Amino acid sequence: MSTAHPPSGSGALAKREARLAWALLAPTMISISLVVVLPLLAIIWISFKPFTLTDLRPPAPIVRESLRGEGDNLRLEYRVRNSSQELAITGVTLSDTLPLGLTLKENLPDHCYLTNRNLFCDFGDMNGGDREKLRLPVLATSDESALEELAEGSKPVMTGAGPSVLTSFEFSSENFTRLFDSDEFWSVLWITLFYTVFGTLGALVMGLFAALLLNKSFRGQGFIRGLYLFPYVAPVIAVAFTWVTLFDPFSGSANALLLQMGLSQSPINFFGERPLALIMVTVFEIWRYFPLSFLFILARMQSIDTSMYEAADMDGASPFQKFWLLSIPQLLGILSVLFLLRFIWTFNKFDDIFLLTGGNAGTRTLTVNVYEQAFAISNIGAGAAVAVVILLCLLLFSFVFFRFISREEGL
Amino acid sequence: MRNGYVTGPILGALWLVVIASTLAVTMSFATGALFRPQVLFSLIWGALIGFSYVRFPVQNGLIRLALSAAGALACLTEVGPVLIGPEVTLTSRLITLVAFAAILHLSLQAILFDVPYATLTRHEFEAAVIRFCTGFGYIFFTAIVVIPFYVMVMTSLKSQQELLQNPLDFSIELSRGWDLFRSYTELFSDFNFGGYLWTSFYISVLTVFITLLFSVPGAYAVARFRFRGQKAFSRSILLIYMVPMIVLALPIYIAFSMTGLRNSILGIVMIYPVTTVPVALYMLQGYFRGLPTEVEEAGLMDGLSRLSVIWKITLPLSLPAMASVSLYVFMIAWNEFLLAFMLLDDPSKFTLTRGVSMLNSSEIPRQHLMAGAVIATVPIMALFLGLERFMTKGLTAGSVKG
Repeated sequence: MSTAHPPSGSGALAKREARLAWALLAPTMISISLVVVLPLLAIIWISFKPFTLTDLRPPAPIVRESLRGEGDNLRLEYRVRNSSQELAITGVTLSDTLPLGLTLKENLPDHCYLTNRNLFCDFGDMNGGDREKLRLPVLATSDESALEELAEGSKPVMTGAGPSVLTSFEFSSENFTRLFDSDEFWSVLWITLFYTVFGTLGALVMGLFAALLLNKSFRGQGFIRGLYLFPYVAPVIAVAFTWVTLFDPFSGSANALLLQMGLSQSPINFFGERPLALIMVTVFEIWRYFPLSFLFILARMQSIDTSMYEAADMDGASPFQKFWLLSIPQLLGILSVLFLLRFIWTFNKFDDIFLLTGGNAGTRTLTVNVYEQAFAISNIGAGAAVAVVILLCLLLFSFVFFRFISREEGL
Repeated sequence: MRNGYVTGPILGALWLVVIASTLAVTMSFATGALFRPQVLFSLIWGALIGFSYVRFPVQNGLIRLALSAAGALACLTEVGPVLIGPEVTLTSRLITLVAFAAILHLSLQAILFDVPYATLTRHEFEAAVIRFCTGFGYIFFTAIVVIPFYVMVMTSLKSQQELLQNPLDFSIELSRGWDLFRSYTELFSDFNFGGYLWTSFYISVLTVFITLLFSVPGAYAVARFRFRGQKAFSRSILLIYMVPMIVLALPIYIAFSMTGLRNSILGIVMIYPVTTVPVALYMLQGYFRGLPTEVEEAGLMDGLSRLSVIWKITLPLSLPAMASVSLYVFMIAWNEFLLAFMLLDDPSKFTLTRGVSMLNSSEIPRQHLMAGAVIATVPIMALFLGLERFMTKGLTAGSVKG
């Protein structure tokens, strides 16, 4: 007699469910891999290449056509040059239509042909920085200035392409060696660490303080909670520029206030002096993000069982004892999750510092450095190298995060 | 330390410093005239008044009030808690004095409530300290939140000349009438801010719709279905949160430059939802998990397909969550700056944030910049205050994103 076995493997129903699940996820997956995964791979690729902002367009021939001189001396000129200073272009040709009313006086050079009114020239290969000039003496049969407009109005068609740095298979670690060799990199790393650690801790402590204030119900509690969220909800660009205005050394109210109160003798350049600027951007970070930790901590506080506090009251615990021995242990979970998340997010922050100081006066963090390298110095490869360093740091952080989160239920 | 005659004066002294500074800063910001808190005299006066509040119980309320009033009146001399400049008008003086006496009396009475003259129990002492910290906390947080926004609004209403003359003077000359809003009218007439407002608005709305379109099915699949790779998927969503925007913006910039999508609204609308889909997915799947499965199963038993279950049962049930997510996504899209800054160069296609960043140049007066900031802030604030309940819920549910 055969014994009954429980079904093994996944049944038809489970398979159908999985198929539907993947179908529902597919649009998201495709779009995210297009805009997140692909760029990440691209940035690793670029970081190994000497790629500058000018390489964004592959090298191409550039032509200028003009009708010069007058009478006997009238000539049609084509100036062709290679847009790149380094890279060669192969197979450069020019085709153009001669306007009616112009006839060539001399024979064409060897590499040019004229069929009907179509001019075709083959320039062959052009090295980096090469220029060529094609001068064709012509005879005008109608008004010269009208012809000039006509000649210069019809754009010649150019062909020819050079190798794009982006798609070639040549790699160099030059970006990384230059990055790690510079003293600047290590100072950038320290600034990032200072900003991240103090920005995160400050926002947490302030958030905890604010949550303690609002952890009781009174009239207007909702209003104050809303008010305290303002810094987070307002557009970063608005609040950052407000801070810049407020702390302006010449026309800022903060300086005027300090002078009037007798707290300082001369105006302070808050976002322009070396140690102060870094402290100010960290304070801004704390100011802008304390609402977030405040909201999380408050939500957790309000879900703590009140019977525990009642029991503590019965045992005669004082308010401070209740805070240290009951509230803090209860909040430790959310505090550490918040710390890790905020740490990662502060590490990633770009807009705030970029708007406040532009990375000057000793406030250049890693993320600002990506922008500086890629756009200010227009060396995209170097910027990509910094970005790769950031990604490696994040890989480390997220490893810690997931190790930790698996213990910490909830998020 | 835990004696009323020590606690009272110490708390009183510290509190008076807080009150004096607050009042001086408030009055300075309101009038622009000289108000200076004097720490030493504040400490002395505060200790004296604090002592009297523990010495004389509530029945002798008059003595307490008289002492507070004396402290306030001292501000007229040079040894008061607040030094008032000679050019200050009589009205401002009067307001300062009355406010000072009233606030001091009420707040100190609350802080030193039931604090006896003699030995305090641990509870009484800590309760008094906590009341002091609470008072300080409210003043501190309100000040740091309100001052920047106050400065933003008031600066936008001033003229360049007034600003340079006295950066502290934020009093408004009502006699200027509509001319007060000159910065705003100039922004709308000369800088095309109406166009930017509209661009920002429809980009944000489109972003919300596209995000929901992508994230609702995805979140449902992650929350309800069992399939291989489910856990890995929900983790990778969180992981995507952690990729900094600037790292993505660089290759996106390159790709958009090469395909000609840079400087086009289409490019922006393509890229914004991708930054918000992970957040929305994360928030929605948490909500879907909390919905009872029985309702959906009943629907399945009655012959609905999965998709119609989602459409007819799950979605109507999760309308509040959808509202939260929509608001949150709208906020992200409205406030987004980095991508707009990098990808848009053509002033006719600017979003509002990009438009405001254009105002940050030395040739454009400061009040225009601040007026731009106000224009960018007001709509999102109005939305936030109107729907605060949804917004806070949305923030706590999903604001892993900063």
